[in-house]
Amino acid sequence: MAAALSPPLIRSAALAAVVAALLALPLMGVRLVDSSSGLSLAGRPDLVAWAAGGVFCGRLLIDLFRRWIADFSIRLPLPPPPPDWTRFAVGWGLALFALVLPFLPFADRNLVDKATMVLIYIMLGWGLNIVVGLAGLLDLGFVAFYAVGAYSYALLSLTFGLSFWVCLPLAGLFAAVFGIALGFPVLRLRGDYLAIVTLGFGEIIRIVLQNWQDLTGGPIGISGIERPSLFGLSFKAVPPEGQTSFAEFFGLDYSADHRVIFLYFLILILALATNLFTLRIRRLPVGRAWEALREDEIACRSLGINPTTIKLSAFALGAMFAGFAGSFFATRQGFISPESFTFIESAMILAIVVLGGMGSQIGIVLAALLLVGLPEWFRDLQMYRMLAFGAAMVLIMLWKPSGLLSSRAPTIRLGGRA
Amino acid sequence: MLRVEGLYSGYGRIEALHGIDIDVREGEIVALIGANGAGKTTLLMTICGNPRASAGRVTLAGEDITGLPTHLIARRGLAHSPEGRRIFPRMSVLENLRMGASIADPRHFKDDLDRVLGLFPRLGERLDQRGGTLSGGEQQMLAIGRALMSRPRLLLLDEPSLGLAPLVVRQIFEIIATINREQGVTVLLVEQNAFHALSLAHRAHVMVTGRIALSGSGAELLNNPEIRAHYLDGGAGGGAVSTS
Ligand SMILES: Nc1ncnc2c1ncn2[C@@H]1O[C@H](COP(=O)(O)OP(=O)(O)OP(=O)(O)O)[C@@H](O)[C@H]1O
Ligand SMILES: [Mg+2]
Repeated sequence: MAAALSPPLIRSAALAAVVAALLALPLMGVRLVDSSSGLSLAGRPDLVAWAAGGVFCGRLLIDLFRRWIADFSIRLPLPPPPPDWTRFAVGWGLALFALVLPFLPFADRNLVDKATMVLIYIMLGWGLNIVVGLAGLLDLGFVAFYAVGAYSYALLSLTFGLSFWVCLPLAGLFAAVFGIALGFPVLRLRGDYLAIVTLGFGEIIRIVLQNWQDLTGGPIGISGIERPSLFGLSFKAVPPEGQTSFAEFFGLDYSADHRVIFLYFLILILALATNLFTLRIRRLPVGRAWEALREDEIACRSLGINPTTIKLSAFALGAMFAGFAGSFFATRQGFISPESFTFIESAMILAIVVLGGMGSQIGIVLAALLLVGLPEWFRDLQMYRMLAFGAAMVLIMLWKPSGLLSSRAPTIRLGGRA
Repeated sequence: MLRVEGLYSGYGRIEALHGIDIDVREGEIVALIGANGAGKTTLLMTICGNPRASAGRVTLAGEDITGLPTHLIARRGLAHSPEGRRIFPRMSVLENLRMGASIADPRHFKDDLDRVLGLFPRLGERLDQRGGTLSGGEQQMLAIGRALMSRPRLLLLDEPSLGLAPLVVRQIFEIIATINREQGVTVLLVEQNAFHALSLAHRAHVMVTGRIALSGSGAELLNNPEIRAHYLDGGAGGGAVSTS
């Protein structure tokens, strides 16, 4: 670290500061003042100086940080990938913790509610991971399938009076069909082009939802969506005619917390099912073919693999899980509108997958906690929340450019499970 | 086994093959040599259906496979180890081999694996290593091993000796001979290393700018003065072999 402040570092920091000053000059450097002779412009050189100085120091710090990391990694041999049992232990540890969370002394209703939110994103992350992490198809419109799931449940339940448990598989199915519908036209696209088309697809779905007033209620959305029940046990204070309430059945006093905890377990089970499915399918030929396709499509073809079916299956299955998550979202909120399904959601889910390490299931949990959980808890920061969010993303990219957990466990070992 | 008749192909407007006729009989090793850019890789790729042939016919064991998509051609028993190896770098050696067996009956997997690891013991020591971290020679062994996992009848090899040390090149060629002799796999071999390829091959073709310029048995071509001058003895290569 002694020779760290070398001239090139200072030069690059100074250059960044000059650029910042040039940008800050029109943006922050002048302001309108109301004087006796009418409006006039006043300079604010102090703000410009602050901006330039801040950028100078920041740039310097980042460079030093980078060097320090580089020094570090040159001196240390590459750490071996963690043995299987640590993955195993961490995975089960997290799952157990999630199971007992609502019963821990510090778990109030608010915390369980936020944990439910985080779990939705974990589930969406695991779904998108099939498409982006495993199959390597960059999808920027994933929220479309989430929306299809939510609206499918809301409409099926309101129009035909079907229960959540009947609608759930149907919503997944509809979303999967939309996944295939998106998959077909983009089969030949890859990389940037694929990203642009999927982005467009996401927007098309949202705009259709916004404008098809008769069906979707347009921008007003759909309200009064049926809340879920546990094998016919309602969570309402006064159960509808002919139904028993959960509290009555178990001889408990009615509490609104019951439903919150029930919803938490519902999404926990859905998310865990997504995870187990992915872990299992990775070891099957289809799952392995997804990963192989991400690595080299030409090699896959020459090994007799049909890229069309493999890609479509990734789109369909990823979309199906988003559809499940969507119907859960609808039943939890009781109200949905196109506003919940904007591009920013797609970007968030993608950020979770990428920062989690593209393909790592536990990495996605960590990234979701970091990107969804922390900002929820730091709502007190108010306007600085998004700044903290951005800073967290930049720091992760600097510190771990390939994501939080980027090592990959082989899907087959000799003598092990195939 | 494989017959190519009057094959034309190319990339968009650029035509790279101008009417190729070759045929590979069952149990043979046929070598294809030629300068850089002669169209050898294009010929193998066109046989595999990508790019599509613009004219001509390819038949595999009597069945017309021209115009079939690549994966269906592979399922008819034609394995292709493409130029540049194209192993799956982030996947382990064992996973790479398992991918090679995608179209085979899963019950054969263990036997096929033992057979391939018998040919390439080096791979057996590295089953859990990532493909991308193998040495060049090991990667080439993996590419050939992966192609063999589907129990092909015909194996197309594109420059298996590319970038390898002389000792490893000799090993690879010995293994190709073994595969052919003991397992009865027919081989169509594209090579820059003309000496080894011609010594090994039963028959060989010389390609010059999209055409077959010369054909004969391996031994004949090895002793042909023109070939010696251009492709052996450190000759300059180039397109100098006359098409006549
Ligand atoms: N994807 C492509 N697009 C356009 N032209 C191509 C493409 N691939 C190859 N070509 C052209 O086709 C011709 C034949 O190339 P090919 O790769 O078949 O040669 P080769 O005999 O395999 O050469 P080498 O020994 O260097 O591998 C060359 O002129 C090359 O520039
Ligand atoms: Mg070539």
